[in-house]
Amino acid sequence: MTIEFEAPKPLVNMQNMLQTVAENMMRSTSREMDENEHSIPWDYIEFMHTAMRSMGGAGGLAPVEEKPKEGAEKRPPIGYQKLAVQIEMLAWGDVGYYLVTPGGGLGAAAVQAAGTPEQKAKFLARFNEEKPTFAAMCMTEPGAGSDTSAIRARAVLDEKTNEWVINGEKIFVTAGDKSFTEYEKLGKGFIVVWASIDPSAGRAGMRAFVVEAGTPGVKITKLEHKLGIRASDTASISLVDARVPFENLLGSPTVEKTTTGFKGAMATFDATRPLVAASGLGVARAALEFLKEKLKENGVEIRYGLPRQKLTSVEREVIDMEIMLKSAWLMVLKAVWMADNKKPNALESSMSKVKAGDVCTKITQKAVEILGPIGYSREFLLEKWFRDAKITDIYEGTGQINRLVVARQILGYSGSELR
Amino acid sequence: MYSFEPNEEQQMLIDAVGKYAENDLRPAAHDAEENRELPKKLVSKGWELGLLQASVPETYGGFGERSAVTGVLAVEEMAYGDLAGTLAVMTPSLFATPVLLGGSEEQKQEYLPKIIEGEWAPYTAALVEYAFDFDPTALKTTAKAEGSSFILNGEKAFVPFAKDAEALIVYANLDGGTQGFIVKKEAAGLSISEEREKAMGLNALPMYRIKMENVTAERLGGASGHDFELILSAMRVASAAAAVGVARSSFEYAKNYAKEREAFGVKIAQKQAVAFMLAEMATEIEAIRLLTWEAAWKLDNGKEDAHTAAYLAFTGAADMAMMVTDRGVQIYGGHGYIRENPVELLMRNGRGFPMLLGTAIV
Repeated sequence: MTIEFEAPKPLVNMQNMLQTVAENMMRSTSREMDENEHSIPWDYIEFMHTAMRSMGGAGGLAPVEEKPKEGAEKRPPIGYQKLAVQIEMLAWGDVGYYLVTPGGGLGAAAVQAAGTPEQKAKFLARFNEEKPTFAAMCMTEPGAGSDTSAIRARAVLDEKTNEWVINGEKIFVTAGDKSFTEYEKLGKGFIVVWASIDPSAGRAGMRAFVVEAGTPGVKITKLEHKLGIRASDTASISLVDARVPFENLLGSPTVEKTTTGFKGAMATFDATRPLVAASGLGVARAALEFLKEKLKENGVEIRYGLPRQKLTSVEREVIDMEIMLKSAWLMVLKAVWMADNKKPNALESSMSKVKAGDVCTKITQKAVEILGPIGYSREFLLEKWFRDAKITDIYEGTGQINRLVVARQILGYSGSELR
Repeated sequence: MYSFEPNEEQQMLIDAVGKYAENDLRPAAHDAEENRELPKKLVSKGWELGLLQASVPETYGGFGERSAVTGVLAVEEMAYGDLAGTLAVMTPSLFATPVLLGGSEEQKQEYLPKIIEGEWAPYTAALVEYAFDFDPTALKTTAKAEGSSFILNGEKAFVPFAKDAEALIVYANLDGGTQGFIVKKEAAGLSISEEREKAMGLNALPMYRIKMENVTAERLGGASGHDFELILSAMRVASAAAAVGVARSSFEYAKNYAKEREAFGVKIAQKQAVAFMLAEMATEIEAIRLLTWEAAWKLDNGKEDAHTAAYLAFTGAADMAMMVTDRGVQIYGGHGYIRENPVELLMRNGRGFPMLLGTAIV
């Protein structure tokens, strides 16, 4: 091992390619999508699916496992690094659009993390087929956010039919509509629903179920109107006696009185937090670049190299933003590098999310502030990025819950020692 | 490739320096500060770790090659022990590294072997000027060419070990840009303050004011001079790494204290107000550590934006060190304010980074 910061060639190439996509397909229609919430950007969805498929990479948040060419030297894996770079670049284009990128998203990530090899084979193949396909994760409930132990959804086994019968109400399901509703232009998606098979066992009884699109008893009850990321649908889903086959339960159906099973499933988040952080940093970079461009147009140059006390306040702000952004990005890179190299990264993963949540919120806020009316006006996208960015400090664990995770890790405390 | 793990050799170095920091520097820090003196043995022991020696090629008496990455790893580790001790151990580097980076062949041959092969000896450098708008790229000390040598005029502050130094590099303004000049101890017109600098922190490190009135000096790099930016960036990443070390030390004391101290029936670390502070401290330390590593790596690899990266790492590190060491004191509460406890010294040292550019280099 060594310390190295040279971006691998495949990453750079992909980044360049995606920048073109971001500029041509996203930025040009960002405003329109923002102002027409709940419309679906089919052109983008179809283009991205074709493009990713031709690269063999359609699928979403789980990295594509590289098959080494015969005789070729075995390279260290960069699957998660690739995803982080890809997501950052797409979010730089438009984070709302990025969330509409076809693929398995968090749903497939859950299958990847908790599923058996057979389940992975069964549920993940579809993302690479002809039609773009979505999957979503249903964790949050009206009464359960970061506190997943408060989940009330219930799954009961009907032994006669060997089916799970699920009842519950899920909210804030990103891409829930595209994953569950059977659109003609889309392949058959699924949602992964978290429910308890044994409420007396607390977290140990929690399981994830794959619920196929169109399953009877499941309904999209609402599409949210949001502060930002309006190109992406956020659904409420109710499940009333929804039946899924026995084998759609991810992992083991036996309830042990420990939380190891649940913790294993929560490992999904160790893999995805830095990716969500990456998406926030893409927005932050867009905002910072826009700010610098506007300052330059107005004759304000940032004088790097000067001591603090000689800089103007605007220069200080910009320099601070760069420090934040660059260091946060390195934290993301480290966390995904660890994931690629199978190093436990719960700490680094949450840290990167804490940092990125702060950074993208601050940078977009400050950029709007510094540019005054130009920042606030809907003539430019900056005000939208400010609204978009805020979600990064909320979803996939709020900044606060991630601070708690970081604190427990560094203090060596369990959940009951530090609540 | 991206990679975030020190190589085997670096890890061995980190372990060795870490031991010295933990077992020697840390326990000595408090008394050294109070007595305004670092035990000679302590400094020699640090010198014998061979950080500088390992960054100088064999031709000049060393046994390795300079790497800013290895340098920042070592400096963070040592500064975790004590900043004053670290700066003392590394003082000869203030002279040797610029010679290595920008010196002429003759200068390298003249100075490097005797610094490297011997015991720790005070060769030093003078950069800081006593002015609120001190700027390393716009110095008030001037240099003027006179024949093949240069005449220096001006004053410098916070010069470590100036009193005993055999020779020092003085940075001065030559035609609007900064250049280093080698000044020998016996140079006419060079005067060194009798009294040591008194500052908020770093009192264990003997630092002096120096004054130059028409001092004749030799330009670093000979007639054509050298690339000062390279030296400045090497100073910046070293300071950034030192700031990370100091912050980490404060964080660790605070964390351990918070796990022992009880209030309202629980350890204070079990209170989110305190736990969140610790989480943020750890996060910021890691952020700046990575920024420093990357800047050092860019310097080692001659990347276009290496100097900007070094500047950003340094600027960020100074803020981070202040934030973290302040919280270190805050978590100790009233006890943090008492000099018996280590965190107040770390806070005083933590405030020094923006001012102390030029007291460390790797």
